Amino acid sequence: MSILVNRDSRVITQGITGKTGQFHTRLCREYAYGQQCFVAGVNPKKPGEQIEGIPVYATVKEAKEATGATVSVIYVPPAFAAAAIDEAVEADLDLVICITEGIPVRDMLRTRYKMEGKKTLLIGPNCPGIVTPDEIKIGIMPGYIHKKGRIGVVSRSGTLTYEAVAQLMALDLGQSTCIGIGGDPINGLKHLDVMKLFNEDEETDAVLMVGEIGGTDEEDCARWVKDNMKKPVVGFIAGVAAPPGKRMGHAGAIIAGGKGTAQEKIAVMEECGIRVTRNPAEMGKLLKSVL
Amino acid sequence: MKIHEYQAKEILRRYSVTTPRGIPCLSADEAVSAAEKLGGDKWVVKAQIYAGGRGKGGGIKLARSLAEIHSLADAMLNKPLITPQTGPNGQVVHRLYIEEGVDIQREYYVGIVIDRSRQRACLMASSEGGMDIEQVAANTPEKIHKILINPITGLTDQETESLANKIEIPQPSLADAYTLLKGLYRAFDEMDASLLEINPLIVANDGKVLALDAKMNFDDNALFRHPDVVVMRDLDEENPLEIEAAEHGLSYVPLDGNIGCLVNGAGLAMATMDIIKLYGGEPANFLDVGGGATAEKVTEAFKIMLRNPKLSAILVNIFGGIMKCDVIAKGVTVAAREVKLSAPLVVRLEGTNVDLGKQILADSGLPIISAINMADAAEKVVKAAAGGV
Repeated sequence: MSILVNRDSRVITQGITGKTGQFHTRLCREYAYGQQCFVAGVNPKKPGEQIEGIPVYATVKEAKEATGATVSVIYVPPAFAAAAIDEAVEADLDLVICITEGIPVRDMLRTRYKMEGKKTLLIGPNCPGIVTPDEIKIGIMPGYIHKKGRIGVVSRSGTLTYEAVAQLMALDLGQSTCIGIGGDPINGLKHLDVMKLFNEDEETDAVLMVGEIGGTDEEDCARWVKDNMKKPVVGFIAGVAAPPGKRMGHAGAIIAGGKGTAQEKIAVMEECGIRVTRNPAEMGKLLKSVL
Repeated sequence: MKIHEYQAKEILRRYSVTTPRGIPCLSADEAVSAAEKLGGDKWVVKAQIYAGGRGKGGGIKLARSLAEIHSLADAMLNKPLITPQTGPNGQVVHRLYIEEGVDIQREYYVGIVIDRSRQRACLMASSEGGMDIEQVAANTPEKIHKILINPITGLTDQETESLANKIEIPQPSLADAYTLLKGLYRAFDEMDASLLEINPLIVANDGKVLALDAKMNFDDNALFRHPDVVVMRDLDEENPLEIEAAEHGLSYVPLDGNIGCLVNGAGLAMATMDIIKLYGGEPANFLDVGGGATAEKVTEAFKIMLRNPKLSAILVNIFGGIMKCDVIAKGVTVAAREVKLSAPLVVRLEGTNVDLGKQILADSGLPIISAINMADAAEKVVKAAAGGV
């Protein structure tokens, strides 16, 4: 099972002709079933070309029609990335993963509006992507640090997710699926959306939820977990030491108007029965303790 | 990115937002000639710094004569202004804004922010103007009225009218208020603002609706399409190290402690600060060299951190994913030599080619303290900072 993607997913790379898109598509193809999963690229100026054996189409729609792909991953530069998401949504893909960092909020507000009522789900932007270990990785995370197992991981960051995964691996805990939902204030899937999917996934036994300062997504998720979750959830929130009013790297990691502090998030999560560690070196240990 | 009040008003006037007339100036003499040029018999002398709460700190004063303007300007210019938002050292005032005085009938609050959970721009307005809006929100939330704005249609006539009525704009001033509210949203949207706050918005004695103050922040990710905003940036208002870090693609935030951290990725960088604190230390900074850190970025990051005189130890925490640990380790050794590292350095490497990376550090001959995981690293760096290497 796993969630959202598996070895049968067929993926289009939007921005495959760029340096980043080409590099990461190669690494994704080298991972597990990647060779059969990554089937098409898109560049409006280079239809008919091949990038390392992958055919390039002018549009997402054409790539989908030609290959049957239902997922896309986006590496196009920030000024054009929201339009790339729009194109994937217009083509009725099931899932779009936008890796690009630095998309203007104004563009994302419009894109999210246009997505209302459409079936396409969005992961990101400004995210590492998604991996279902030993089957498929879509994004920029190192593949080899993962192995197949029964722990779900959802996080707003990249390297902190790798850290969490490494801690799980040190305890011999593999993962069902790991998702980085990204560090931007306006984005696609939230902790809550991913949690619902893990709750229904027969191959996930427990969930590690990694959050950070800014917004109220972790609180929203925690309240849902309290009433609905059938599996143990543990968490860590980064940014206890972060000062208010300062953007901490991610566009969305900012305590604004006294809202979005780590302390507040931790308090709500604990009220909702989620065990939270203050020590980022103990995420794996905490997860293991609830199994 | 932030700008000054006088700059925000300059932008807003382009969007049919009425403001009092005003002139920015850099000296007491300029302030007096500005007042003469504006005419009238009363003026407001306003310190131009980015931080809010200027009124409470004595940075906004009414003057009734040119002599008074001169002495107020003299008292404010080139001196630190301490407000609830500047921190204890305050912010030095380099510029004043001299504005014509306006007789106020009523004050209101209007603000536009991004509502993250609803994924819309949100226009907020309240009849409780001139007050700290966070307090209004906490004590009398029913007095704040909100509209979530559809990004395609923008602020509609109906929404505008309903909001103006809810905050009880007097009947004769309604038409003016509609124009102003719609102008505010258009300015927010077209200029890629992340925050626009008018506190207070006023109805003057003559019934005119004016933005008496203006605060405008911009989405850094959208600055590429607003070169006119970028040139408004006042580098005097920003931390020079933050500016330099940004030029090198690094994200740096100075803090009060003495343990420097250099980390790849924002989440891991925050977690590193947290664990230093958890182990009894105080982080000197947040520093994210990016998920795919390069040797060049690591070197620049070292240089920036080391300019902090309080620094007594450094923790490098790198999870090498696509960027391999051996490359980072080389970068660390090159940087440590180049900057003639004086503070103790604890390095924790994890990820791709980690063993090779550790070997490079060990063979470098540099006094690098190696850590096996985040907890070990935190413990060692806190000890090193306390002088117990």
